[in-house]
Amino acid sequence: MNRLGQAFSKGKAFIPFITAGDPSLAITEKLIPEMAGAGADIIELGIPFSDPVAEGPVIQAADNRALAQGVTTDHVFDLVKRVRQTCDVPICLMTYANPVFSYGTGKFMERCREAGVDGLIVPDLPFEEREEFLPACRQYGVTLVSMIAPTSKDRIRMIVQEAEGFIYCVSSLGVTGVREKLGDQVKEMVDTVKAVKDIPCAVGFGIGNPQQAAEMAAVSDGVIVGSAIVQIIAQHGENCLPPVMEYVREMKKAIG
Amino acid sequence: MSRGRFGIHGGQYIPELLMSAIKELEEAYNHYKADPEFNAELEELLQQYAGRPSLLYYAEKMTKDLGGAKIYLKREDLNHTGSHKLNNVLGQVLLAKKMGKTRVIAETGAGQHGVATATAAALMGLECEIFMGKEDTERQAINVYRMELLGAKVHAVSSGTQTLKDAVNETMREWARRLHDTHYVLGSAVGPHPFPTIVKDFQSVIGREVKEQLLAKEGRLPDAVMACVGGGSNAIGIFAGFLEDTSVRLIGCEAAGHGVETGKHAATITKGSVGIFHGMKSYFCQDEYGQIAPVYSISAGLDYPGVGPEHSHLHDLGRAEYVAITDDEAVEAFEYLSRTEGIIPAIESAHAVAYGMKLAPQMARYQIIVINLSGRGDKDVAAIARYRGVNIHE
Repeated sequence: MNRLGQAFSKGKAFIPFITAGDPSLAITEKLIPEMAGAGADIIELGIPFSDPVAEGPVIQAADNRALAQGVTTDHVFDLVKRVRQTCDVPICLMTYANPVFSYGTGKFMERCREAGVDGLIVPDLPFEEREEFLPACRQYGVTLVSMIAPTSKDRIRMIVQEAEGFIYCVSSLGVTGVREKLGDQVKEMVDTVKAVKDIPCAVGFGIGNPQQAAEMAAVSDGVIVGSAIVQIIAQHGENCLPPVMEYVREMKKAIG
Repeated sequence: MSRGRFGIHGGQYIPELLMSAIKELEEAYNHYKADPEFNAELEELLQQYAGRPSLLYYAEKMTKDLGGAKIYLKREDLNHTGSHKLNNVLGQVLLAKKMGKTRVIAETGAGQHGVATATAAALMGLECEIFMGKEDTERQAINVYRMELLGAKVHAVSSGTQTLKDAVNETMREWARRLHDTHYVLGSAVGPHPFPTIVKDFQSVIGREVKEQLLAKEGRLPDAVMACVGGGSNAIGIFAGFLEDTSVRLIGCEAAGHGVETGKHAATITKGSVGIFHGMKSYFCQDEYGQIAPVYSISAGLDYPGVGPEHSHLHDLGRAEYVAITDDEAVEAFEYLSRTEGIIPAIESAHAVAYGMKLAPQMARYQIIVINLSGRGDKDVAAIARYRGVNIHE
C-alpha cells in the first residue's frame, strides 16, 4: 500500500484543498506541513489554471490570485520538493488536463516522482480519456485518482474496477463551492463502489461545516474540503495560518 | 482512445459529472439523425422558418472590380436571425425537445448564436438562458436586448477575459448544475464529442447547397471555398460539401486582430499549439504552461482561443489552409462589400471577404471562388463607426 492508501488506515481521512501560490508560495509552503500537523491526512494541492471549468467562484478567484503572481507548474514542483524535506504527508496535485499535457505528460510525471507527489486529480479527464495520462502515471508511480459523480450510475463499476489509491466521490451536481444541501446519493454511490472493490472513498464538493463533514464521513472513508478553506485564505491573506489550522482541527475532530 | 477523434484531435475531456449527459446526447443523436420523421421536421423548419435554401449570389461588380476569379457569395446572412447559426440551432433544439428536455442553455460571442437559440427556444416552447461575456454584452448591447425580447434570460459573465471562452466555461458549469432537464446548445464545431460532429452535420447544409447551386449555374465545382474561423462552424459547414473534392481549395480565415506578431490576435491554427481544453484536444492559443491565452479580435464571434478539432485535423493533413486576417483588413472588406455590392457583412464574415479580395486578383477569370457570408453586419455598424472615430449610439 502506498502513502495514499495508508492515509485511510487510521480512521476517517480529512483532505483539505488549497491552491498553490494563494496567497503566496511562501504561505502555501507553511500551510502544507501545518495542516498535516493539525490533522490533514492527505493534501490536495491545486496547480492554478486559467479556466477551471469544474470550479465555483471561490476557487476560480484563488487560481486568478496565484496566476496573477506568476505561479507556474515548475514553482509548484519546487515547492513540493522543499516541503518533502520535512514533511511526509501524502500530496495529490489537482489540475486540469491542459497544464499536464502542455508541460509534456511524461516530463510532468517524472517531476511528480522527483518532487514526491503521490497522486494526481484531473477533473476534465474522464474514464474514457484516461489513457492520455495513465501510462506515464504508471511509469513514474503517480496514482491517477478516479472521480465518480451522482450521475455516474452504471459507469461506477467500470470506473472502480480500474481505480487506484482512492475514489473521489463528487457529492452533488454543479461545481465546487460550499452549499447548504449536499446530494443524498452519496451512501448509494459508496455502497456501489464497495461492491466492486475495497477501495477508500473520499467525498468532496460542497462540504463547508463540521456537521456536513460528519454526515459525509459517516457514509464514506473521508471528506475533501476546498472552497471553505480557500475562502478563509482569501479573507485572511498572509495571516491565514491560525484560522486555517483552527478550521482543520475542528473538521478533523468532527469526522473522527 | 475515446470516441469522436479527428486524427489526434477531438475526444471527450470533460468532468465525469457531465459524461452521462454527453452519452445521452450521443445516443439520442445517433437515433434521430437516421429518423425520417426527425429529418422531415427539420427540413420543414429550415425551409419554412429559416428561409432555406439561402442564395448563392454572383458578386459581379466585385468580380469585375477585382479583375480575377469569379466570386460567389453564399448568403447565410439572409437566413432568419441573420446568420448561419440558426441551421445548427434548429437541429439541436428540435433534438433537445425530442429528448424530453424543457430548457436550453447556450454561450454566445457576438450574440448571433444566442439570438438564434433564443429564437428556436421561443418557437419550440423551451425555457432559454444565454451566457455572454460581459465585455461582449457591451460590444453587442442590441443583441442582448434582442435575446430578452425573445424571452431568454441573458447572464453577463464577468469571469476571466469576459468573452466567448468564459461564456463557454460558465455554460458548462451551468450544465453541470442542472443537466436532467437541460440541453446545452453548443454553437460552434467545438467541445467534447459528439458536439463537433453534430454541429458539422447540421451546418453541412451550407456546403451541400453551394455544390448543387454552383453545378446548376456553372456546371462545375469551385476552385476555392473560404470562410471565417473562430470555432469554425460556418467553415466546417461549407467545407463539408467539398472534403472529397481535392481540386477545391478550402481556406479558413482566422482573426489576426492587431497582427499575429503583436500577441493581440485570435489566430489559433496560425499561432497556437496542441492542447486540451473545452472538452477537446485541438489547437489553442496558450502559454508554455498550458494557461489559455487572452485572445483579441475586433470580432466578438472570432474572439476564441481554440478551434474545432476537425479543422485542426484538416490543417494537419494539409487538406485545408488557414490564413490570418487583421482587424484593419476585415474592416476594409466590411466597407468594400457594403459599397460595392450593397451587402453589409458581419465583421466575422468580413474576414473571409478580405481574403477573397486578396486571392481573386491572383486567379484567372475562368476560376471560381465561393465566400461564405456567414452573417449580416447590422449588429456591427455601431462598432465599425467607432473604429472609424464616429461616435454613434446604438
